[in-house]
Amino acid sequence: MKSKFAGSLLVNGMLAVICLLWTIPTFGLLVSSFRDRIDVNTSGWWTIFPHQDWVSVQEVTPDASVNRDVPMTFKADSGTSVTAPFEQLQIGVEKDGYRFQWIGNRRVGYLEIQKYTWTSNTNFTLENYKQVLSSGNYTAALKDGTTETALGDNMTHAFLNSVAVAVPATVIPIALAAFAAYGFAWMKFPGRKMLFALVVGLLVIPLQIALIPILKDYVALHVNGTFLAVWLAHTGFGLPLATYLMFNYISELPRDILEAAFVDGASHFTIFTQLIVPLSVPALASFAIFQFLWVWNDYLVALIFIGASPTNQLITQRLAEIVGSRGQDWHLLTAGAFITMILPLAVFFGLQRYFVRGMMAGSVKG
Amino acid sequence: MSMNTPESSRKSLISSPVVRAVAALVPLAISLVILTWGFFFVRDLQLVKNTIPQLFIVVIAIIWGVGGVVLLFTTANFFVEQLPELWVHRLQPFIFIGPAILMLTWALVIPTIRTIISAFFDEASVGFVGMKNFVYVFTNPAMLTVFRNNLLWVIFGTTFTVSAGLIVAVLADRSRFEVAAKAMIFMPMAISFVGAGVIWNFVYAAKPVDAPQIGLLNSIVVGFGGQPQAWTAFFQPWNNFFLIVIVIWLQAGYSMVLFSAAIKGIPAEIMEAARVDGATELQVFFQIMIPQIMGTIIAVSTTVVIFTLKIFDVVWVMTGGQYDTSVISTEFYRQYFTYNNNGIGSAIAVVLFIAVIPVMVYNLRQFAQREVF
Repeated sequence: MKSKFAGSLLVNGMLAVICLLWTIPTFGLLVSSFRDRIDVNTSGWWTIFPHQDWVSVQEVTPDASVNRDVPMTFKADSGTSVTAPFEQLQIGVEKDGYRFQWIGNRRVGYLEIQKYTWTSNTNFTLENYKQVLSSGNYTAALKDGTTETALGDNMTHAFLNSVAVAVPATVIPIALAAFAAYGFAWMKFPGRKMLFALVVGLLVIPLQIALIPILKDYVALHVNGTFLAVWLAHTGFGLPLATYLMFNYISELPRDILEAAFVDGASHFTIFTQLIVPLSVPALASFAIFQFLWVWNDYLVALIFIGASPTNQLITQRLAEIVGSRGQDWHLLTAGAFITMILPLAVFFGLQRYFVRGMMAGSVKG
Repeated sequence: MSMNTPESSRKSLISSPVVRAVAALVPLAISLVILTWGFFFVRDLQLVKNTIPQLFIVVIAIIWGVGGVVLLFTTANFFVEQLPELWVHRLQPFIFIGPAILMLTWALVIPTIRTIISAFFDEASVGFVGMKNFVYVFTNPAMLTVFRNNLLWVIFGTTFTVSAGLIVAVLADRSRFEVAAKAMIFMPMAISFVGAGVIWNFVYAAKPVDAPQIGLLNSIVVGFGGQPQAWTAFFQPWNNFFLIVIVIWLQAGYSMVLFSAAIKGIPAEIMEAARVDGATELQVFFQIMIPQIMGTIIAVSTTVVIFTLKIFDVVWVMTGGQYDTSVISTEFYRQYFTYNNNGIGSAIAVVLFIAVIPVMVYNLRQFAQREVF
């Protein structure tokens, strides 16, 4: 009995360690996105948890007349006093459990008197989100009472663009694929096997090979840079998997239902719309989730067909651009990244069962 | 009965199949016109849209895209059903599969052929250069680094994705917290590569030596007395591994789900029998479980191999292919868009295509053995 308990402890312990490793990066991002920007860029996100650190107990701003090029004398309320040159104060001078730390530059800085004690960094704010979401200038309030005005990243706009791209780019291939799957499964025509072999063959084709010729077509039609370009591309790239999955499902529906309908004189079109589509909802939903996440998270297709057009940029492009231009502004990056993740995560946790089913049905995607 | 009044002749004219078919063409023609007009309307909305509210465009776009598909099928089918019985049977299948096949041909088949052709032409796709582009691709030192990196991706990315997924699947199968644990490992699957890039950039973030580290990894390293590192940049060639970790993190959930299903499919008696015979848990794992799920292991590995072969986003966002981290797909992008070299860009895409041909052939052979057809 004891060894069984130990075994279960070992299993659960190992599992817990792996789960922790897997979730910590995302958790750190989420926490940081709500932290004040000064904190995000000067201390680790884990300092939101209680820990021991030097905490300011008193601030002294020396008079402008004080000569900062010779040793200065400061006295804490507790009576401890320190005389030290600027260079030492900048590093911090410890005495009687206090630390005298110069903050800022030599001319306009001030002195902080700190004590080593338990603390946690919990200045949470929504300012980061407001700034990445807003268009135009945004004036953010900081924890020290000052404000900072900067150009917003307009992710609201990019978010809506992504919705506009992802919905049709999900529905169109599903509609096309459902019809085609029905045709392959229940109709007889010359070339059936060959054409379906084409679908199977195209399942793993790397889309890189198709990007540039399509781009040339788009340039000729002047659709380059529009949503239209991305829908059509995703429709084409998603179709092999969609058709394959839908075929597997539809061809396994019980034959007698269809035969009964045929005897009653129903046409293929009626059977398809009245019978097959309602019966195929689980398969349709699986692929819909799969394709939606795929399109939402895609970067390469958007990069090539939408390119630099700022008004039509999708959310992944917007985020990648912030990475490129303001790669050290972690308060914006974390909030921006979380905004790109929020919809897929909601879809994922809400419809996980369908998603898993879709993934298991077709394990290859080009 | 040879008397033909004008009225009866009109009646027979309407009921004649030819006229019915022609009349039924009208809705189809109208819907094609609407679709085409919609195509240009949506395109132009997008091109001159400074004044038009974005939400309006989004709604129009969805109506055109989704409504267009429904309209096209409905009217095309209506047309076909007006034809004589024989023609309904002949044509209707193509109404059903036609649009999908046309789309596949335009989006994948023809572009593949065009790319293969331009791989044999010069950078402007004008002059024929034979194998020159391929010679460059396989001999240029920078390209060799690219292939080395992709090899690292394929080998380590696949091995660790598959084994991490397998380990979690086996552990979760024996735990009471199976559902929660699997959801946690699976969650990264919902995150984009760009988003994952930011998440891991933050883990790898490096600050100067005397500043507090805000990146988790450097903070741990400094905590143990080490020096902070720019993990994805000047830490060559190990920086590639720090990128590969991201994809392992993203994809382990995928392999876990498939392995989990496969493990549950192993008959419990087999494993029980082995345990009764005194096999240790490790023996059960290696000698019973692994052979039983070999099919799934191969399937998952194949998928991850293809996936890592094509990897683009992670590298592009994290390093832009600099610091010797470039892979086939980023080099493809760079050749086309930075150097405007159609020939070499196409040749690189063709290499990628050739690399997946074995999988394609395997899939087709599996398909040929199926009984449905």
